[in-house]
Formats: sequence, C-alpha cells, structure tokens
Amino acid sequence: MSILVDKDTKVLVQGITGRDGSFHALAMLEYGTNVLGGVTPGKGGQTVGSLEVFNTVSEARAKFKINCSVIYVPAKFATNAIREAADCGIALIVCITEGIPVIEMLENYYYVKDKGARLIGPNCPGLISPGKCKVGIMPAHIHTSGAIGVISRSGTLTYEVVYNLTLNNMGQSTCVGIGGDLIVGSGFTDLLAMFEQDNQTEAVVLIGEIGGDEEEQAADYIRQNMKKPVVAFVSGRSAPAGKRMGHAGAIISQGKGTAQVKVKAFKDSGVMVADRPDEIPGLLQAALKE
Amino acid sequence: MNIYEYQAMSLFSQYGIDTVPWELVDTLETISAKAKSLGGRVMLKAQVLAGSRGKSGGVKLVSCEKDLKSTAEEILSLTIKSLPVKSILLAQAVKIKEEYYLGLTLDRGLKKIVFMLSSSGGVEIEEIAQKTPQKIHKVYINPLKGPDESVLKNTLLKVFKTDSARDEAYGTLLKMYRIFIEKDCTLVEINPYAAVEPDNRLLALDAKINFDDNALFKHPEIESLRNPEEYSPDEIRARKANLSFVSMNGNVGCIVNGAGLAMATMDIIKLFGGEPANFLDVGGSSNPEKVLNALEIILANKKIKVILINIFGGITRCDDIAKGILMAKEKLNIQVPLVIRLVGTNEEKGQSMLREKGLAVAEKMSEAVKKAVEVL
Repeated sequence: MSILVDKDTKVLVQGITGRDGSFHALAMLEYGTNVLGGVTPGKGGQTVGSLEVFNTVSEARAKFKINCSVIYVPAKFATNAIREAADCGIALIVCITEGIPVIEMLENYYYVKDKGARLIGPNCPGLISPGKCKVGIMPAHIHTSGAIGVISRSGTLTYEVVYNLTLNNMGQSTCVGIGGDLIVGSGFTDLLAMFEQDNQTEAVVLIGEIGGDEEEQAADYIRQNMKKPVVAFVSGRSAPAGKRMGHAGAIISQGKGTAQVKVKAFKDSGVMVADRPDEIPGLLQAALKE
Repeated sequence: MNIYEYQAMSLFSQYGIDTVPWELVDTLETISAKAKSLGGRVMLKAQVLAGSRGKSGGVKLVSCEKDLKSTAEEILSLTIKSLPVKSILLAQAVKIKEEYYLGLTLDRGLKKIVFMLSSSGGVEIEEIAQKTPQKIHKVYINPLKGPDESVLKNTLLKVFKTDSARDEAYGTLLKMYRIFIEKDCTLVEINPYAAVEPDNRLLALDAKINFDDNALFKHPEIESLRNPEEYSPDEIRARKANLSFVSMNGNVGCIVNGAGLAMATMDIIKLFGGEPANFLDVGGSSNPEKVLNALEIILANKKIKVILINIFGGITRCDDIAKGILMAKEKLNIQVPLVIRLVGTNEEKGQSMLREKGLAVAEKMSEAVKKAVEVL
C-alpha cells in the first residue's frame, strides 16, 4: 500500500513558475507522479512544460480533481498558499518552503487542522512512495520500492539513510520528511500510526535531531502502540547548547532537547538506535529476524 | 535574535509597560548626572547578551556618588561569558516588596503560546521550575483565538494578592502578548516584575526579549537592533555569504549540505575520535561560489588541520560542488588536506572533474570521516 501518496495522488504545484517550482514540477512528472497543473498568481494561462498554470487554487480545482498540493512559494507568501489550499479542500498539503515565521506557522497549524486537511512540512523535502509517486525535492534515483517506512526531520540526512537502505537491498514503502521547523503540520507519532497500519511496511526508520521533545513523544508512542520494529537515529550529539544548527527547530534551549536525552528515551522504549547512518540496515535486518 | 536588556526596556515602554526609571551609560563622563536624575541610589547592570550577570559581578548597587565611577569602571572592564561589557544600564534603586515572574513563550510540544506566571520571581525560571514547580502557573493560548480573559484572570488570582495588583498585571500580560505577536517574538520575559515601595506599584525591573529569525524580514526596526557580539566573526562572515554556520572548538573543518547531515557528520567525527571545528550547511542551492566562500571562512580558522567536505546532492548538483572546490583550489592557498565525499545528483560528473585534477573522492560517509580523522 504505502502511506499518504500513491498512484491515485493528483498533484497541484503552488509556485510552479519559480526556479524551484518549475524544476521540481517537471522532475516529479518525469518520475511518474500524476502532476496535473500549477498555480502562480498573475501567471494564469502560461505553461510549464506540458503543465497548465492557473491564477488560483480554486481555478485549478474547477478543472482538475486535485487531492494534493505541493508548495514551493517563498516564505513571505507561504502562509497564504497553505491557507488557500486548505480553503479549497485539498486533503494533503506538502510545504517545502523554508523560513516561515513560527507564529504564522502556529496559526497555520490550527487553520489547516480546522479545515480537515493534513499538512506535511514546512521546511521539508516532501515525501515519496518509490515507484508510485514523488511529491517533493528528493533525488528519485536513490529510492527503491520495498518494506521500510522512513520518517525524518531532515532532508539530506534522509537521503543518506535511504541510500544505505537501497545499497543493502532494503526498499522503502514511503519516505516522509516532516520538516526541520519548530512547528510542523504532521509529527512523528502521526506517521508512526500510519506505518503501523500500512500492510506494505514491515519496519520503520525514524531520523530525529536535537530540539523539542517530538522524539521523546515518539518513543512513548512506539512503546505503547507499535508492533512493527523501529530503528532510530538522532543527529546533533556534538551540537553546542543554545545554538541553532541550521534548522530553525534544531536548538538545545535551556538544557532541553539534547540528543542524549532522545537516544535514552528511544533505548528505554526498546527502540534500537544507530550511532551512524550506515548501521541502520544491519539493525533493521536484526529487528526483522526476531 | 537576542537584544540587550535596555533595548527590551525601550520596547516595553513603547507598549506602555511600566518599567523602573533607567538610563544607559557607555562613558563615565555623563554617569554622575544620569545617576542624579534617577535619585542618586542606582543599580548598575552590565549590558551583555548572557544570563546570570549578577553572579559574574555585572550587577551592583551604588548608594553614593563617590562609589559610582569606580564601580562603573569595574563593570565596564568585565568580560562575561567571553563577551566584553560595553555599556551599563543605570536603574533607579527601588525598595522591593514582592517579586513576580511573567513570561510568554512558545510550547513546541503542545503547539501553543504559553504564559508563565509565578510569585517566586527574581530567580531564573529554570530554577523555579526545578525547586518549586507548583509555583509556576501556565496559561496556554491558541494564537487563532488569542488569550482568554477569564482563564487568565483566574490564574492571576493564584499569583497576585490584591485586586489592584491583578488588574495591573492583567494589563501588563496583554501588552506582553501584543509585543509577542506584533514583533514575532519567541520569548518575552519580565523577571522580576516587582511590587515596589511606597505604593506597591508593579514595575518591570528587567526585560528580556528574543525574536524569531525567520520573521525579521517583517520587522526592519528589530533587525536594526541586531548586536554583532551575538555571533563569532566567522559566523558573521558566514551569514553575509548566506551560509548556515556555527563555530566549534575542534580542528576538523566541515562543509556539508543540509543541516541534519551536517550535524550527523560532526557526530561521526567525534565518534571516530576527532573534534569538529564548525557546523556548516552550504544549503540546497547549486552555487559554486558558496563552496568557495565556505572554504575561505573555514581556512580563516588557524586551528584547522583537515577539511572534510560531505555532500549528498539532491537539489545540490555534484558537478557544481566540484566546480566550487576546483575554483577554491586555484584562488585560495589551501595548506591542509581536503577529504571529499561526493554523491547524489550528477555524481559521476562531479567525481570525475575532481579525479582529473588529482583529488581523491570517497563514496561512503564513514569512510571519508575516518580518513579525515586519520590525518590528525
């Protein structure tokens, strides 16, 4: 099955005429994703490759049955884009944009929730169900279809992990980047629940990092609710306190959110923790044999 | 972004929050007149972007004019947490009857804005949380709805003793909330918020505000308050070059694309017995100039013994990274070994460009880190 995106996902690209939007709209199309069109206000009627550009999401929606929107607009306009998609009843909204003010994101979180939509991101690479559908910016060629679910707060570190999985003949059901911001639409526990239900997924890799307590919550959730094995990796063991490590959300503040505490939470919950990304395939194999 | 206490005090005043009367001093010439205007007895408070100034000797009470200049001189000569003190806030010395804590921040886990109130002000909130957690009262706010008057007022009943104090504090909380929302803050804190003699009026005796870096584009007036001492010289250069950079203490320079991979690279350097000199994320764009800038900044650090470049190309294209490395080889005098790991988008092209110029390229991250640490 895979989770969230598959062959039936019909994708709209918001910010399709921008540098990243146009490049990735075509890359997704080439991968086989069912991309139907795009939106850039004021550029309706233009085309990007074979894709039609609309002025608004509702105009695109009038023409196509869209159930997923991926957002590549600059941070200044991202809140409007997210809300426009939610207002138009799009079920899955994936926001790639980095740098959205946190209070706006907090408001967006409740706004999207009230409209009944699911948000992935922001500040994320998107998600991919290999062989079926790619919604985002990840390099497609490193992925292969299989039984491992991947959830991560990071982009390139996820590629690193997926690369190691594929090298070891461990394909992926779905890989989801949840985003590196303080406030993101969907968290680890939301997705762990979906992977637990998904019949293609046999085990899950969770890639966390310093900051916040999402990993600790995930560890609790795994202990109480998951039958499928989970292997974790937490980056930032060497990060100094009080410094923002690239991601807005990756910061140890007032002694909270250290990698050590997160690793301990996982281990206490019986989750195996890798010290290096290239240890993950071995740990998964061991867990799946049990 | 952090600002000085006096800058936060000014912002409080703009929003009508009552603060203790104060003046800023950066030379000794005007200090006597300023102290006099505040009534003679004054608190001298070092202005640095660091906590626990009191413990470092940066906060002193002066009762008579003859001690004023010598105390000020002493404070101006201090270095607190490696930050030199360049100015002093002179605050009128008040007789404190009660000390409270008022704070407003973001609860990431619960996805709410949260007010924190306590009748145990004057010590750091972490200390209250540790010793007497029952004395911290929290009120959670959904930002789409704003603060709920009745919930807030009920909480004030648990913290303040009189109606007039509760009314004053309620007004202050709403003003703090306005600052938080209108200026995109991540922290607004008054500690202590004190009842002072003779009439128990409540005043902010201290002010602390942190801002959301991502929202500064909306607030040029806040951006203009940015203080260079918050960052190391390397960090400032990196910011100008649009690189995400944090200085560390080791000798292995790192250039990585993506924050998570950059952190993991540092972690593995440590795991293999090395010490990273920096966190550096060149970002997702494919601009060869960025690699050149990154190498330049790292080479400015004389402690560097080896540079590890770890790239997993997604948006970033390996040939662009290779181009940047070759440009840097030509333009910069690189005396330390470069260990390069380059995979992902356009890897064949990038790798062969480097190999043609005699540079070794690793494919596996662990292998590259091991090689870098072996140089030490």
